[in-house]
This record gives sequence, structure tokens and C-alpha cells, in this order.
Amino acid sequence: MTDTDRHNSPKSLLVVGGTSDIGRAVASTYAARGWKVTLAARDTEGAERNADDIRTRTGAHQVAVQHLDILDTSSFEPFLDGLDALPDTVVCVVGMLGDQTRAQEDADHATTVLRTNFEGPALFLEMAAARFAARGHGLIVGVSSVAGDRGRASNYVYGAAKAGFTAYLSGLRNRLGKTNVHVATVKPGFVKTSMTADMDLIGPLTAEPEAVADRIAALETRPSDVVYVLRAWRLVMFIIRAIPEALFKKLSL
Amino acid sequence: MKDLSGWGRYPRLSGPLGTARDTGPAATATATLPGVIARGLGRSYGDAAIGRDNTIDATGLNRMQSFDPKTGILAVEAGVPLADIIDTFLPQGYFPCAVPGTRFVTVGGMIASDVHGKNQHIHGTFGDHVAWLKLAMPDGRVMRCSPHENADLFKATIGGMGLTGTILSAGFRLKQVETGWIRQTTHVAANLGEAVRLLSQTANATYTVAWIDVLARGASLGRSLILEGEHATADELPWGDVRFPPSTNGRLAVPMDMPGWLLNAMTVRAFNELYYRNGARKAGQTTTVPWDSYFFPLDGIAHWNRIYGRRGFVQHQCVIPEAKAESVVAGILERISSHGAGSFLAVLKRLAPGSGLMSFPMEGLTLALDIPFSEKLKPLLAEIDALVVAAGGRLYLAKDATQSPTTFAAGYPNLDRFKTLRDEIGATGRMASKLSERLGL
Repeated sequence: MTDTDRHNSPKSLLVVGGTSDIGRAVASTYAARGWKVTLAARDTEGAERNADDIRTRTGAHQVAVQHLDILDTSSFEPFLDGLDALPDTVVCVVGMLGDQTRAQEDADHATTVLRTNFEGPALFLEMAAARFAARGHGLIVGVSSVAGDRGRASNYVYGAAKAGFTAYLSGLRNRLGKTNVHVATVKPGFVKTSMTADMDLIGPLTAEPEAVADRIAALETRPSDVVYVLRAWRLVMFIIRAIPEALFKKLSL
Repeated sequence: MKDLSGWGRYPRLSGPLGTARDTGPAATATATLPGVIARGLGRSYGDAAIGRDNTIDATGLNRMQSFDPKTGILAVEAGVPLADIIDTFLPQGYFPCAVPGTRFVTVGGMIASDVHGKNQHIHGTFGDHVAWLKLAMPDGRVMRCSPHENADLFKATIGGMGLTGTILSAGFRLKQVETGWIRQTTHVAANLGEAVRLLSQTANATYTVAWIDVLARGASLGRSLILEGEHATADELPWGDVRFPPSTNGRLAVPMDMPGWLLNAMTVRAFNELYYRNGARKAGQTTTVPWDSYFFPLDGIAHWNRIYGRRGFVQHQCVIPEAKAESVVAGILERISSHGAGSFLAVLKRLAPGSGLMSFPMEGLTLALDIPFSEKLKPLLAEIDALVVAAGGRLYLAKDATQSPTTFAAGYPNLDRFKTLRDEIGATGRMASKLSERLGL
């Protein structure tokens, strides 16, 4: 990573979803490399807790917290215009697994899952992209999910939202393909976080939040379009996508 | 239901385990769940970190809060592992004032057990360096405790095995070190008398501990290697060595339970013989060793507890007042040696008094040994426990899995004050572990 340029002020990162375990790890990794970091979150107290942790562990002083509600789309413009400076990189890790069964019966819950995982993140990154394009450079990282690669009975509301987000990022990347603004889609697979605390995860397919953060930080020097954090997931999802629908609909994966 | 066995994997117990991801939920769980105890990384050996009915996994309280280089005080949530603290602050020239034999323990666990290290005879226990702590009480209050605020509660919580409430966060001092290296000098003692004498002679050293061959008999009973250590200064380092070496251990692992017959009198005797001879070749020499292999040699082998197989093992650690120490240690060694199933790396060390109400250390000698568990072992341990308390000694609760309420009460003269305080704060029957139930607390 290019870190702090000798002649300029440090580069800056905006993490959208500053209370999530992956967001915390991403912020910590960048701060340790000398970046100025802003954690955006609805729960600013929780984000401050992470900011204190990052300051203490890395010795970094430039760790800030900003309030942002990903469902409040009209706040995005004033939020971005109100930042001290437009960040060099924005990483969006907002996500909400929700409860699939409840989402099937409760449209409000389903709406929240869809908006939190798709509408909010997509529209926020759209606005950041416009500003990055006007400036002429920037890195946009959207953390999507392998759950968006194919809808499954166990989590298709979440999966559909992530599929939408993946498609949105793909389109945004295509639109900015000839500019110096890069758009990366990161699919972590299983990650040991509070979101997955109650699940039995498959060891070899499970990453630590720090591993996800390292893959994201690596994009600063080696841009990549679609990243599966653990390479095995690329194969797993290739196989899952290859199963004919007539057969797939009878499976419980 | 989760397997909640301690590091010794005896007794094997399970129960409901709920994770606290922030201090608020940890306090709520403490105030609402019956028969509850907090659990960190599960490195206490017996049943101390297993709730009677409920267990709070406190490893989610893993945020550091602040560090003041002027005072050396680090404030952290209670689930922060010691390993993180060393990895973060050693490269800046700071090291904890007291560390136990593994760095895979949490700050909350270190306070609750009031852990000690190889420098306890000079620098005291971990609890001696705690400036303050925040305690979630069974009545729902969160109290800040220090030697000056709520001092009684503070004293009862240091070494209180989590039985006064759930430790949420704490501030404690780190000391400055010039390097991450230890200059280690090895002395050889041919028998117990020499070992005790050498431990006294090296008492001015910052770190001193004896590795003792518990299977040696007759004239060699208690033969030991005494390892003395000092933090190396920058100009004592061999040319070319990095000042703060990163952790190197952790690459080896015991992949599965070893068969029970692997550790028998013959194999352990052979291991101890080799270890002793190898150490004896270095007699009088000083070598410079990195911090991790000096303080945490067993951390280099992940899951080392599996070497004892499925039956598990008990770690027995007692302390015996000076006057009778040598004769009681000899008595224990004779019994263990004739029992046959001895232990690797048994440890003998001089201790100074502890400061918590229920702290383990007292002026005298401590002996720690690992013994593969079997039902046959129980009467032997009961006999040893009786010897220890008859001499005015006690057993370390963080290691304990087998002692009786009688030996416990005999060993801890402040027990009545501890019980009274638990009554006053409504902790009796509410804050409860399998250990507290077994010991009648």
C-alpha cells in the first residue's frame, strides 16, 4: 500500500458500517498503515468503542466517528458533503442477515433486510462514486456475499438483496471502467463475526475478519474486480451455480 | 449446551454459554441469569470458569480503551487476551508487570485468579498492578473499584474467582523494558535441599523458578534446574538481534487426543531425565532467550493438553509456608514418585504474600505439577491436600478440580469475610460456578 505520501497528508478511509466486526478489522488494518480513518455508523457509541480500540492498538490518532443511518437515504448527500475531505477509499460493510422465516411473513422485516443490504449501500456508494469520478480517482469496495450468487430457501431475502448489490457494483464498475475510480466487489464467504455466532460454520470455508480486512487492504496496490476472500469459495459457488434449476429446487443446501 | 471443561479437561462438564459482545449485555446477564459465572479463554484447569447454571463468554469484551505512556496504565475490556497486549505494547517497550505461564488468558481471568509469574516474589501478582476495575454486580449496579474506591469489593474481586460479579474492564500498569529478550542463567540442584537453597540465593533476580524432576527418588529426590532471568538491556543483545522479536511459537500443535498409555512412568521418567541432563550441561551459563519461549514455553504447542488423552489431567498447585515447606514438598514428591504417573515440567517457586482477600500466594514455596487423571488419583490427592493444609498451606483455585470444602476452608483464612461480603452484595447463590458449588461457597 502506498501509505502516507512523503509530501502529502495521509490518505483517508471511510468505513460504512463501523460497528461491524469486518468494519472494525478493516479500519484497524488501514489505521495501522498510517491512514486517517472515519467510522460511519448508526450506533455512534458502538463505533466510538471501536475507535478507542483502534487508537489504543495502533497508536493512530486520526480515527473519527460519524453518524450515518444507511436507511436514511436523504442524509447521504449532506453526510458526504459534510466530511472534512472526500476519502480516498470507501469500504461499505453494512449488512443485516435478518430472519428468513420472519421475512417471509412480515413484509416490514423483509423490507428492512432488502433496504439495509441493497438499497442503502448501493445508493450511498453511487453518491460517493459521483464525487470520486469528479475528483478523478478513488477506490470503492462493496462487501457483498456469496449468498447473492444463487437464491436458496434458507436465506433468499438476504441473498436477493446481496445479489442486487452485487449487480449494482458490477454496473457501477462498468460505468467507471475507463476512469481512475475502481470498484471492487468482495464476497467474504463465512466469517467469524457476531452475525454468524449462532451458526455452525465449515472450518475450511470460514475466514477471520482480519483476513477479510487484509484482502481489502491489498486492493490498494493490486486492484481486483470480484474478490472471494477464501479462494475455495469461487469453486464452491461455481458448482452451486452450475446445478440445473430443476435439480437445485429439490435440494436443501 | 457447550463443552465447558477447563484446560485440564477434568471434570468434563457442559452447560449453556451466552456470548456478551459489549459491557452492557454482560452486566445485564450478570444481573438476570441465575447461578452464573464469566468465562474467558478457558485456561483455568478445573471447574472455576463453568457456571453452576449459566456461563457468560466474556471474550467478546475485547476492546482496548486507552493507554497512557506517562503512567504506563492500559485500560481494556476484560475479555482482551494477554497475547494481544504483549503483541501491541512490547514493540513500544512495555511489558505486563506479571504474566502467568500462558498468554492465552484474558485480563478478567488474570484478575479473578490473581495470577502470578516468575517475579511474584519481588513484584507481586497481576492484581497488585491493577489500578481500577469495573464490576457488574448481581443487583444490576456497575461499580468502579480501586484500592481507594469500594476498596473492600476491590480486594475481594482480586483473586475472587469471579464470585463477586463480572469484571467488565480494568486499568493496570505496564512496565518499561528495553528489549523483548531475557538473559537466562541455569543452576543445577542435585536434590531438594539444594534447590530450596538456590531459590533463596537467586531471590534477588527479577525472575526465578525451578523445574523439578518429580520422578527422581532417593538421594536425587527433588533434583532441579533453577532458571534465573532478567530483562536484557539493549546493549546486552548479541549484535544483529532485533530488539523486540515477534512471537515465533505457535507453529506446532497436538492434532488429536494422544492414547492414554503414552504418558506412563517410563516415558515421563525418560523425558525428565533428558531434560535434566540437557539443562545440567548449561549449568552456570547465561543465554539470551526471546520473551515467548521464556515466559510461555508451552504456548508453542497448540492444544498441548491433548497429550494427556481423553481422560484429562489435573494440575495440582499448592503453597506451603516457609518453615515446613521443604519437608512437605519432600513428602509430596515421595508420594507422587511412588504413584509413578508423574508430570512434565513440575515447578517449584518461592512466593511472597498476595494482596487480594482470596489470593493464592503466601510467603513460602509453591509446587505445581500435572498428573494424568484417574480415579485412583483421588485418594492420593486428598492425602497430599491434607499434608498441605496441616502445614498451613493452601491450593490454587485456578488449578483446582478435586479438593474438598474442608481443605479449602482450612487454607483460606479470609473465607468468612469473603462469604459475608458475598452475602452483602447479593452474590451468594447468584454468582456461582461449579467450583464454588463444590467448595460450599
